[in-house]
Amino acid sequence: MEILLEGVGYSYAEDTPFEKRALTDVDLHIPSGSYTAIIGHTGSGKSTILQHLNALLKPTEGVVTIGDRKIEAGVKAKDLRKIRRQVGIVFQFPEQQLFDETVLKDIMFGPLNFGVPAEEAERRARELVVQLGLPEDVLEKSPFDLSGGQMRRVAIAGVLAMEPEVLVLDEPTAGLDPRGRQEIMDLFHELHLTKKLTTILVTHSMEDAARYADRVAIMHKGRCVVTGEPAAIFSNEEQLGDYSLQPPRSVQFQRDFEKRTGLLLDSVSLTEEALAKNIAAALSKGSDDR
Amino acid sequence: MMEKMIFGRFIPGDSLVHRLDPRAKILFVFLFIGIVFVANNAIGYALLLGFTLLIVFLSKIRLYFLINGLKPIFILLIFTFLLHLFFTREGDLLFSFWIIEIYEEGLRQGIFISIRFLVLVFMTSILTLTTSPISITDGIEILLGPFKKIKLPVHELALMMSISLRFIPTLMDETGKIIKAQMARGSDIGSGPMKERIKAVVPLLIPLFVSAFKRAEDLATAMEVRGYRGGEGRTRFRQLDWRLADTLSFVLLAGLTAVLWYFRT
Repeated sequence: MEILLEGVGYSYAEDTPFEKRALTDVDLHIPSGSYTAIIGHTGSGKSTILQHLNALLKPTEGVVTIGDRKIEAGVKAKDLRKIRRQVGIVFQFPEQQLFDETVLKDIMFGPLNFGVPAEEAERRARELVVQLGLPEDVLEKSPFDLSGGQMRRVAIAGVLAMEPEVLVLDEPTAGLDPRGRQEIMDLFHELHLTKKLTTILVTHSMEDAARYADRVAIMHKGRCVVTGEPAAIFSNEEQLGDYSLQPPRSVQFQRDFEKRTGLLLDSVSLTEEALAKNIAAALSKGSDDR
Repeated sequence: MMEKMIFGRFIPGDSLVHRLDPRAKILFVFLFIGIVFVANNAIGYALLLGFTLLIVFLSKIRLYFLINGLKPIFILLIFTFLLHLFFTREGDLLFSFWIIEIYEEGLRQGIFISIRFLVLVFMTSILTLTTSPISITDGIEILLGPFKKIKLPVHELALMMSISLRFIPTLMDETGKIIKAQMARGSDIGSGPMKERIKAVVPLLIPLFVSAFKRAEDLATAMEVRGYRGGEGRTRFRQLDWRLADTLSFVLLAGLTAVLWYFRT
């Protein structure tokens, strides 16, 4: 499903002394089936933009088009349920939204709200718990008895159980251990590919953005300043610096390597694996020449 | 919705009212609450309303913002007004239709009580809007100081109050966040039949309670780690300073009382 933002502006607490401008004239096109990473410094408006993607916030200026629904500034939008079912959001620290007696009931909450039959919702819950690497007996436990990492996984399962077409992720792995991070990010990527989801990842981690996304948008002071391919964006260190961002570690390593050895690598190394491959290729080419 | 609420919020500023000593402001509001009951006729209530608007003006808080922020209060206000309007049976009959009968006294009482209520809410709101929670607590602690003699835990009471004031906006923000998260999962808060709405509150309240308890525990730990042991021997970083303007504010209040008394019937 395609999402289009045109001239979107948003102010929090409009018409009060607390009024705070969060977005200014944002144009962003998220093609169907793409994996878009939204990056930017703290307070750049990333989280605000994300809430426009399923009409939790309505723009105070401009138009947001989600699939075939138009959400316009100043126009009352009715019946947003369909959008909410199609666009699932995993918020920052989603474990804060857990509430039900058992993990099973909590995961089934979303699907049941959207009219999925109970047996189907339960089937999805059982499947997701396994996919997310949780032990099966967790289903009958209270979500508040789990560890932080497990709670996070249950909360993510609660969103995935709605089987949305668009998956919006707001720092989904913040505060998890490195292995858990990798597992969960890999799972999202796998779902993105197998279920042909449109994925939007809001993140501080340049490494995640470089590894998984096929499009990157940079937010700066409430504006969407750059959009493009990860290779182009992450190799332009000067531009990143303008927005107080740094390239991913693998790209930094490549830059230092090229400076030190004088060898040029074939492509921008967006992941450590690509970096290793590129260096190996460059080294073997270098020794052939000699 | 939540961000428009102004209960317990503080708007930093530099108006005459902001600069007053918190002790003066608290005493002022308490005395004012008493004085409101001196008025008993149209002139008196008009004076009260005018006086309140003057204070609002001096505090440089936009009236529109104040009214907007106190919207939930107005529901209560209208309810009280209607109660008085319909159920007071004194004076001349003004209007009668079916079982509804409106009497002159009812209308009068309705309007007076509404003004009284409005004036009280405005004044107390101005107190919290122009005084930081820390100043209010400091003020209350000093004002209640004499009660320490009768073993009233003044410091603890003041601390409790400041903590609850401090956490109102935090919990509000959190409520907003949880509402959004549950809305994204298809829970519809604020629409549908009553039964559905009540059901939708559960997924909101439980996470809120869980996080409030967690916060309380974290706060207690943080205080203990930093060696907090109650008010005994604790010195103060901010010293309060009673100035001429503070004394003058009471002169103004005395003037109001005198005028109200004069017009009282």
